[in-house]
Amino acid sequence: MWKFLHQLAKPERLYHLCGRIVPLLAVVSIVMLLVGVIWGFVWAPADYQQGQSYRIMYIHVPAAIWSMGIYAWMAIAAFIGLVWQIKMADMAVAAMAPVGAVYTFIALVTGSAWGKPMWGTWWIWDARLTSELVLLFLYVGVIALYNAFDDRRLAGRAAGILVLVGVVNLPIIHFSVEWWNTLHQGSTNMQKSIDPSMRLPLRWSIFGFLGLFTTLTLMRLRTLILTQDRRRPWVEAIANKGRSLS
Amino acid sequence: MMWQVFTREIHLALRKGAEIVNPLWFFLIVITLFPLGIGPEPQLLARIAPGVVWVAALLAALLGMERLFRDDWQDGSLEQLMLLPLPLPAVVLAKVTAHWVVTGLPLIVLSPLAAMLLGLDIHTWWVMALTLTLGTPTLSFLGAVGVGLTVGLRRGGVLLSLLVLPLTIPLLIFATAAMDAASMALPVEGYMAILGAFLAASATLCPFATAAALRISIQ
Repeated sequence: MWKFLHQLAKPERLYHLCGRIVPLLAVVSIVMLLVGVIWGFVWAPADYQQGQSYRIMYIHVPAAIWSMGIYAWMAIAAFIGLVWQIKMADMAVAAMAPVGAVYTFIALVTGSAWGKPMWGTWWIWDARLTSELVLLFLYVGVIALYNAFDDRRLAGRAAGILVLVGVVNLPIIHFSVEWWNTLHQGSTNMQKSIDPSMRLPLRWSIFGFLGLFTTLTLMRLRTLILTQDRRRPWVEAIANKGRSLS
Repeated sequence: MMWQVFTREIHLALRKGAEIVNPLWFFLIVITLFPLGIGPEPQLLARIAPGVVWVAALLAALLGMERLFRDDWQDGSLEQLMLLPLPLPAVVLAKVTAHWVVTGLPLIVLSPLAAMLLGLDIHTWWVMALTLTLGTPTLSFLGAVGVGLTVGLRRGGVLLSLLVLPLTIPLLIFATAAMDAASMALPVEGYMAILGAFLAASATLCPFATAAALRISIQ
């Protein structure tokens, strides 16, 4: 297995492997997303306390879960890139970052929309909201640093270091913001127990968002590989494939 | 040899006094802006004082952060520092300590003035000075990582703030919480312990991250 994984450090192999995975994965994740979201929005029962407006949960919760999960994956990829010096791992960090940032943004916006009817306000400095906002800043910082370098390889390594520094700080941020919120009182409790009739579409939705993140990341990774290797013969062969020999 | 790096940094910093003093004036001006913008009511000022002082300290620290590696990078002495028989993290430790002496320490010296401007009592000022003593070195260490990553970039200044500020949020939260507790005559030992832990963690880990960042930037 290690040999298989090590061979993926070669851009061409990784490109073709992603190319084989993406179509099937895209179909599966779209199906899972549609099942989860439509089931949740149409057929799941109304909440006894919140009525119909809880249904945004089927988008908000998976987006929030994966906004943190994607950062964890970025940290793993950055660690692999730093320790084993695999350039494709650094490129994977750059591929995942915008997806994670958009998920975080979706979580914040849908959470805001959910909060207005429920709590009466678009925003509140709750521990979870604040740490999600700081997570968005961390993502934006990684993306900005990656785009600030001219050399893509150096950019990947620098972004990797920043991701690792940020991942060490992320639990500290969560922990300290939770403390800060209890110090000032006024925190809101999220529901912990969920009925099976709601849990099942939520699980489909969570897996759907996972599939979507993986599909988008692999698609972005393919594009980044092509861009970095655009002068290599194998890329020129792909680009000229449809053209007749002249 | 770390001592020689340290003294070199101090000598270079003292040559251009304006570079040290300007962030301090910035600190005082920002603190002055808040009463002007919010109103001079003493109770309100005392209530917001911890946050104001610490936000001003953060911004003033960011203003002076780039001088850590910028001049060395531009004239090539950063490469020479990396070629010393000293391990690069040790060089970074010496440089950041010197940087703190010329940026953080004057801030602590100015803290009585800031306390007076915001109407803080002696006990709260004392806790503020303690939080600054523990917090400004942490700021320097965290900022060093950011500067190491952005030193080779053209428009690195604003990007530096974007990278460093989210990392300093826990520090801000606990330092202001400590000052709030002091103003209510509650115990502050727990907060000081956590600030000390931040300092210990950043002082031991950030030099290695900064060294890795410098090796990337120097290429």
